[in-house]
Amino acid sequence: MSHRSFVWLCLLPLAVVTAAFFLLPMARLVVTGAAGPQGLAGYLAILTEPRYRATLLNTVLLATATTIVTLIVATVTGMFLQRHRFPGRAILIAMLTFPLAFPGVVVGFMIILLAGRQGLIGDFSNRVLGEKLVFAYSIYGLFLGYLYFSIPRVILTIMAAVQKLDTGLEEAARSLGASPWAVQRDVVLPALAPAFVASGAIAFATAMGAFGTAFTLATNIDVLPMLIYTEFTLAANFSISAALSVGLGIITWLILALARSFSGSAVAAAG
Amino acid sequence: MSAQAGHGASVRIEACGKTFADGTRALEPATLEIARGETLVLLGPSGCGKTTMLRIIAGLELPDAGGRVLFDGKDMTAVPIERRNVGMVFQSYALFPNMSVSDNIGYGLKIRGVSKKERAARIAELVALTNISGLENRRIDQLSGGQRQRVALARAVAIRPGLLLLDEPLTALDAALRDRLRGELNRLLRALGITTIYVTHDQSEAMELGDRVVVMQKGKIVQIGTPREIYFTPNSRFVAEFIGAANIVEAAIENGHLVLPGGCQPIDGDANIPAAVAMIRPETIRVMAAESAPLSGIIDSVSFIGDRQRLVVSGVSNRSLTVDAPNTVRAKSGERIGLSISPGAVRLLPPGS
Repeated sequence: MSHRSFVWLCLLPLAVVTAAFFLLPMARLVVTGAAGPQGLAGYLAILTEPRYRATLLNTVLLATATTIVTLIVATVTGMFLQRHRFPGRAILIAMLTFPLAFPGVVVGFMIILLAGRQGLIGDFSNRVLGEKLVFAYSIYGLFLGYLYFSIPRVILTIMAAVQKLDTGLEEAARSLGASPWAVQRDVVLPALAPAFVASGAIAFATAMGAFGTAFTLATNIDVLPMLIYTEFTLAANFSISAALSVGLGIITWLILALARSFSGSAVAAAG
Repeated sequence: MSAQAGHGASVRIEACGKTFADGTRALEPATLEIARGETLVLLGPSGCGKTTMLRIIAGLELPDAGGRVLFDGKDMTAVPIERRNVGMVFQSYALFPNMSVSDNIGYGLKIRGVSKKERAARIAELVALTNISGLENRRIDQLSGGQRQRVALARAVAIRPGLLLLDEPLTALDAALRDRLRGELNRLLRALGITTIYVTHDQSEAMELGDRVVVMQKGKIVQIGTPREIYFTPNSRFVAEFIGAANIVEAAIENGHLVLPGGCQPIDGDANIPAAVAMIRPETIRVMAAESAPLSGIIDSVSFIGDRQRLVVSGVSNRSLTVDAPNTVRAKSGERIGLSISPGAVRLLPPGS
């Protein structure tokens, strides 16, 4: 056996696993999506059917809001944690990354404990305002859950990027008269842009597709994963749920590609 | 920008020391005066405190309590770097990778709210001055090391700073380029005539660029003087050995003669010192016939350098002696050779230094 064919032989298990568990189901999903009464047009339903379109919009808005707020919170926190040394810093970082260990269901459960009918926020607002503030079972609860979920991932990426920043750049900007705000705007944030794109993409994709938290909070939140679930299990509408699944994947991928190329060209234009 | 001599600020630092949070003493309290338009070089090996001193002057570090930094007599100690109007060139150049060459140069002007038109004029002026025409729209990662150095300098000078601070600006370049840029930088600094503080560990840079050189060691200033003073009359063994090549010889001096194992060399004065430490520069030793010479020894090695040859001669003093001989002298290792030192070239150092 030649060296070359040996290498190919070693790739065989990978090829088999990929085909069996990834390519075949995917192909099947694509075929099923087109097998409904509308045929290939089933794929357009996600855009043409008002209910689906509203849900898609909702989901994209939720994911975008999650990404933006996560990036803001994580950048401020990550920058502070990377640049300052204080007692308890290591414990704080460990605590902040703790949510990584929880599945979506547990995160949903915690949101209910916080903002649910018997939640802490409800109790507190009941005493202070005489009114129970409950938002766990809505898209706001889901937003909070996704924040909780995304912040640790993004913080770690931002901290690594801040560590690699050349402090000389900031000193140079200051020597030229830049105020602390101008230094952030002109030097630090542009240098962190690649980290924003990379970690923002993870936050966005997670918020687009996560299911466990949404399912724990309520079954009637209008987000795409819940829609796919209800179409599939309750309405037994196989072809539509398959078409929606493919649509969810493609749209998420498209938005990420767009963000990447936009930030890439922005960096090239500025640089 | 006119070529008039001497503008910018005069600088005085008073009792500026620096102790870092972990207790290391980077700089012993030092006092130093820099005249308007002067180029002062802080010279020393790494860890001698020269960069710390520069950063204190820049406003990037605060001196320990009691230290003061004054520009033109005004106390600037508490003023942050962004309001000190200093131009700084960093060892890594620290050019903004997200901006073009001209945006880098114009950044300080933009921050100051200078109009686009004035900015463009000033950028053009500096591009011409630093010889980087044609690179204005390049990205920083498309520049060579030498070009980056020029952009960094242009950016620092663009804001018409009162004080120019350069932190090892040539260290990141290869040797040939470093030599060429050193000459160019020298002409540029003279033309600008601005008060300049230049940090380096390279004594030849210090010699060529400095009006005065401050030699530092282990957080302390050991000598301040013109390049000539530092070279010819070092006040310690450290300075003598750090600046140029030096033979350090331990010998007795009797009636104005340096008494060595290899002979007796007359020197200036008629001192009697039983245990003296003398510095002799290699180029001040003359090679001659062994019979008529005051000193003689055996050649250990000959290295031909081109413009001269460097001989190592043993048997003359307690340690072998380095001699720079003209490149025409025929010398072979193992031969006996005669040496004489010009009397004024023997510099006595404080014993034990």
